[in-house]
Amino acid sequence: MKFRVAIPSPLRSYCDGAATITIACAPSSPTLGDLLAGLESAHPGIRFRILDEQGKLRPHIKVFINADVERNTAASLPRNAEVMIVAALSGG
Amino acid sequence: MARTAAKLPTGKRVVAPKRARLLIATRKGLWTLATDGARRTWKLAGPQFLGNIVHHAMLDPRDGKTLLAAARTGHLGPTVFRSTDNGKTWKEATTPPAFDAGSGRVVDHTFWLTPGHASQPGVWFAGTSPQALFRSDDGGANWKGVAGFNNHPQRKAWCGGDQDGTPDGPKLHSILVDPRDAAHMYLSMSSGGTFESLDGGADWQPLNQGVRADFQPNPDLEFGHDPHCVRFAAGNPDRLYQQNHCGLFRLDRPETRWQDIGGGMPKSVGYVGFPMVPHPHDANTAWIFPMDGTDVWPRISPGGKPAAYRTRDGGKTWKRQAEGLPKTQAWWTVKRQAMTVDNFQAAGVYFGTTSGEVWGSRDEGRSWKCLAAHLPHIYAIEAV
Repeated sequence: MKFRVAIPSPLRSYCDGAATITIACAPSSPTLGDLLAGLESAHPGIRFRILDEQGKLRPHIKVFINADVERNTAASLPRNAEVMIVAALSGG
Repeated sequence: MARTAAKLPTGKRVVAPKRARLLIATRKGLWTLATDGARRTWKLAGPQFLGNIVHHAMLDPRDGKTLLAAARTGHLGPTVFRSTDNGKTWKEATTPPAFDAGSGRVVDHTFWLTPGHASQPGVWFAGTSPQALFRSDDGGANWKGVAGFNNHPQRKAWCGGDQDGTPDGPKLHSILVDPRDAAHMYLSMSSGGTFESLDGGADWQPLNQGVRADFQPNPDLEFGHDPHCVRFAAGNPDRLYQQNHCGLFRLDRPETRWQDIGGGMPKSVGYVGFPMVPHPHDANTAWIFPMDGTDVWPRISPGGKPAAYRTRDGGKTWKRQAEGLPKTQAWWTVKRQAMTVDNFQAAGVYFGTTSGEVWGSRDEGRSWKCLAAHLPHIYAIEAV
């Protein structure tokens, strides 16, 4: 199953500047964690800047599956879901 | 501790360096200042990693060309960047410092970088917030936690919780590797205190006797102190200087009790500050940069009148050095990694401020000149 993933500007250096990329997930019922693993395989280093070493989304990162915010990496990805990773603007 | 005290440096003249360069780590990126052997004019270059919080950048003195920079942004996780061509190009570490999965701990940022012993090329150590020690054996590309410290049965007692510590997070810093013995190391923590290992980090013991901890109900503690910066004296790794939350201290090994060397500071200025900077060639000389630690701890130059203080006698006396610095209404701070010296015979002394100025002296602090202004908040300066 393939998914379109929107990449925020702070992470595009890992993807040759691409704003949107397509990631293939092997499992028949892929999860957000599977998608991020696929993202890491294609673009090494990117996952650790999204997830911490305990597998949790970092505080200022948001992930939308279609229009819904999702913080659980075990959440299932519906077929043809569009995934948007957002680095929330905050701080000074 | 059966270690022979080294002789103090004899004042042997060093070969005059042909150039100097400052690595300036800031809240918004990394800059450099470069000069020739005269140290009269400086050229600013940068930024690199614009928008990244760079806590520390360090040159590997063993090869003279590998640089590491500890970075994170406000949104993304912490990482380490590496250059093997003296900063022309950079590559991110494959495995940055991170705790083991399942440990429940998360590295917020890498705070301190120390190259390993001369006999161990490629070895580096990193101190993080929350407090932990990491090691790389491949020049900073891959990092692993030092289990002897991070999993030590006493670690929680030493460090307190990960929510404790300084306003910007509890930090492990001042990682010192004895140049005579790769297995002999020190580290310090804000808060937690200073610790020593005699076996390359497999085990650690507190080393805080004589250090004050006025903020604790029982000030005579084995650990729980707040060293801000601990450094080896020049050419004498048996002498340690410490700028602490509660004063200035010196330790001459094999003694295990720190001596208070803050008594010579004027009472109106006090003995609180962040950096401690020993002279590069004279074990009796060191600089500090006091800040206001009264009342609610404003952490700015006392009275808005910044000054360095220098000792020439191992801390018995301290002399104010402020020529060229603002005489009034200067309300900045110099953080613990933001003051350093070069390797010239007449040491150049440099510091960066929280308001983004770099100041330098090429006459051992007698007079100061602003070398750069309008940079972001400066976290660290290293002369390489």
